[in-house]
Amino acid sequence: MMRLSILEDMKLTLKVWRQKNANTKGQLVTYKADHVSPDMSFLEMLDVVNEDLIHKGDEPIHFDHDCREGICGACSLHINGRPHGPKQGITTCQLHMRSFNDGDVIVIEPWRAAAFPVIRDLVTDRSAFDRIQHAGGYISVNTGGVPDANCIPISKVVADEALNSATCIGCGACVAACKNASAMLFVSAKVSQMALLPQGQPERYQRVQAMVTQMDQEGFGNCTNTGACEAECPKEISLSNIARMNRDYFAANIFKE
Amino acid sequence: MTLDAKIPEGPLAEKWSKHKFNLKLVNPANKRKYTVIVVGTGLAGASAAASLAELGYNVKAFCFQDSPRRAHSIAAQGGINAAKNYQNDGDSIHRLFYDTIKGGDYRAREGNVYRLAEVSVNIIDQCVAQGVPFAREYGGLLDNRSFGGAQVSRTFYARGQTGQQLLLGAYSALNRQIHAGKVTMFSRHEMMDVVTIDGQAKGIVTRNLVTGNIESHAGHAVLLCTGGYGNVFYLSTNAMGCNVTAAWKAHKRGAFFANPCFTQIHPTCIPVTGDHQSKLTLMSESLRNDGRVWVPKTKELAAKLRNGEIKPADLKEEDRDYFLERKYPSFGNLVPRDVASRNAKEMVDEGRGVGTSGIAVFLDFADAIKRLGEETVREKYGNLFDMYQQITDENPYKQPMRIYPAVHYTMGGLWVDYNLMTTVPGLYALGEANFSDHGANRLGASALMQGLADGYFVIPYTLGDYLASIGPKPVDANHPAFKEAEKEVKAHIKQLLSLKGKKTVDQYHRELGHIMWEYCGMARNEDGLIKAKELISALRKDFWKNAFVCGSNEELNQNLEKASRVADFLELGELMVEDALKRKESCGGHFRIESQTDEGEAKRDDDHYTYVAAWEYKGDDKPETLHKEKLVFENVKLTQRSYK
Repeated sequence: MMRLSILEDMKLTLKVWRQKNANTKGQLVTYKADHVSPDMSFLEMLDVVNEDLIHKGDEPIHFDHDCREGICGACSLHINGRPHGPKQGITTCQLHMRSFNDGDVIVIEPWRAAAFPVIRDLVTDRSAFDRIQHAGGYISVNTGGVPDANCIPISKVVADEALNSATCIGCGACVAACKNASAMLFVSAKVSQMALLPQGQPERYQRVQAMVTQMDQEGFGNCTNTGACEAECPKEISLSNIARMNRDYFAANIFKE
Repeated sequence: MTLDAKIPEGPLAEKWSKHKFNLKLVNPANKRKYTVIVVGTGLAGASAAASLAELGYNVKAFCFQDSPRRAHSIAAQGGINAAKNYQNDGDSIHRLFYDTIKGGDYRAREGNVYRLAEVSVNIIDQCVAQGVPFAREYGGLLDNRSFGGAQVSRTFYARGQTGQQLLLGAYSALNRQIHAGKVTMFSRHEMMDVVTIDGQAKGIVTRNLVTGNIESHAGHAVLLCTGGYGNVFYLSTNAMGCNVTAAWKAHKRGAFFANPCFTQIHPTCIPVTGDHQSKLTLMSESLRNDGRVWVPKTKELAAKLRNGEIKPADLKEEDRDYFLERKYPSFGNLVPRDVASRNAKEMVDEGRGVGTSGIAVFLDFADAIKRLGEETVREKYGNLFDMYQQITDENPYKQPMRIYPAVHYTMGGLWVDYNLMTTVPGLYALGEANFSDHGANRLGASALMQGLADGYFVIPYTLGDYLASIGPKPVDANHPAFKEAEKEVKAHIKQLLSLKGKKTVDQYHRELGHIMWEYCGMARNEDGLIKAKELISALRKDFWKNAFVCGSNEELNQNLEKASRVADFLELGELMVEDALKRKESCGGHFRIESQTDEGEAKRDDDHYTYVAAWEYKGDDKPETLHKEKLVFENVKLTQRSYK
């Protein structure tokens, strides 16, 4: 094997949630990972474990992943009780094995939330997030017939704040972190982005109501302000988005047309 | 068969508007009688699906990811070009057209590229109207940055996550149409085949990735917006799921594949650390605005750096070679990607590479930090610096980044005419999946532009012309052609699942990647390409004998998904090599060692190779037939590209 690192291999014990499909019961299964380079990403470590499993004739561990650079929002592992693992402000795919120690036991589970049913092993169904966006996560403009981009001046401060909200990758860590499995941080990030921008004003109140209604229908829990979502969000989306959404939701009842 | 690109007659600047007027229209009341199938939900797919649904067509959209928002356009970092000339620095539609044609080393169509530059300005307007939070100046107007291959600032951006913001904009437009019932969305579905009836594309067969169900979907037209095939190299900056399957199946059903060997190797990626590596991470080209690329002047100093005897900061100015600034004084660090990549390879080949492996060059921000202050640099590139530190465990504010080229984008793709239609009537290819606008090298920040141009502003016009011509008669998914295709797909899956050999699918993919990178990567020559053909052919045969595929069809089976994709890469790889072999000139990203200038730059052979190579599939294990579409240049003079 080509080794370009000067660091030693690590030996780890993994306890991984295995579940055949949505209709069967799952359980934690223990695996040994003996040749783990500290330079590997967490998902590369699982790749190596999976290659071993396939060689042994076992079924590989299923997990969602795609871009492996922290932006697509596909990866979604609950590692040692924390969404995306022990480090702040990153996704699972950005977590490297140097964040662990030789001999560690690592427990890997899927997101746990009634609104995110398990499909297989560590893969969950997060389509509830899409349905919340369908309900109102847009500004109703058709293609063509829009004004020149510079006709809408937006203060840099406001644009930056809107972008801070818009960086949400829709991974669901906020839900997984919350003891109530609330989706408030996710929903409020979209609501905020559009509530902050002048383009979002015409549908501002209707949007917040539609999205919150859909969120409730999907079976997400309520927000009790523990702040776990903000603490675990890989994009460090601020809790103030939730405050902004609550204010708009309240105002929507007053200003409702 | 003669290839007709259908470029409209008349002066360059009037072609598109004249063409739009000449295209047939579908009456608004009739639009709802048509169904359009859109495969892929990246920038091209999401924008096309949304725009067509807004017009009144029924759309069925498909993606293999769990949500359309995760398509790989999301990962584009740096920006999107548009000829707005907001900076008053001399930009124009013609200049963007010219830069793109020149950047592509004169291997793209004038007509297509001009249209791309023309609609670029509409894209920015559209995105802003959707609420895309682009970077702004303190006065509230939009900000721009510079990118490679241009001497004007025309790149719009949203920090280092422009692709994400543009895709979320297109995704929001798509969501609005899903909510309105005009788009039916199928996530976790992989397209397994295109179905043609009487030579026209009438639908697709998909595999539901959760249940394994093989399903037929009928429509009046099929749009493939399925991205590029860079993952044929195993290691690339593409997402793990990016694949060629949809385009390749279309190719086997009669769509010609154009310029398959035109691959873009991006100069600024984080170097490989070991065999476990699953993908490579790009560091945005925008970093070359402020970062300076260098290696030590001598091999001896480079060796000392690699051993850790000295640190980069110990090297005095006179011991450093800022090779891009030295060789290309007028463009400096902002030369196009192919030029920057090749030069980095040259330095490494000379033994002047850095990092433990010696396969890297420096991208240094010390001067920028001195000039602008660390805070400003953090504001501009903060998330990229964080990403770098996360992966390498090194602090780029304190020591130079180590970078090396990696496969990033494929200029080749399905051959399309001016209307974006492939050689199969009713089958279209948009975005990276087609070949049309970037020639032999794509300029930075032009992929986002092309994806959205095709989806928002080209296909809504050109598709109507075809639909009007075939009429709204419903298409039946029970037609024997669908049943036949389903049967073939099921047989293919069964064959894959019957493979119980000794090697994993990933092992084959990795081996294929090694062959492609070694012989069909940054530099290619005849001997190597001939060898690669043999190696790939042998590897493919071995795959169908000795691969191991686990599990069953009726479940989520990621190993089966991968196996099916790798099987297609094993066929595509050989075609890429064949194309590289036939094109004996160098141009853009295609560098034939036999064809270079005295200074080592790519040397074109315009007399013999001013054409698009369009390959026709002739059956399993039969050589493909090469068709040539001659490129005609009426508005630019073909010259040796110079960035000096």
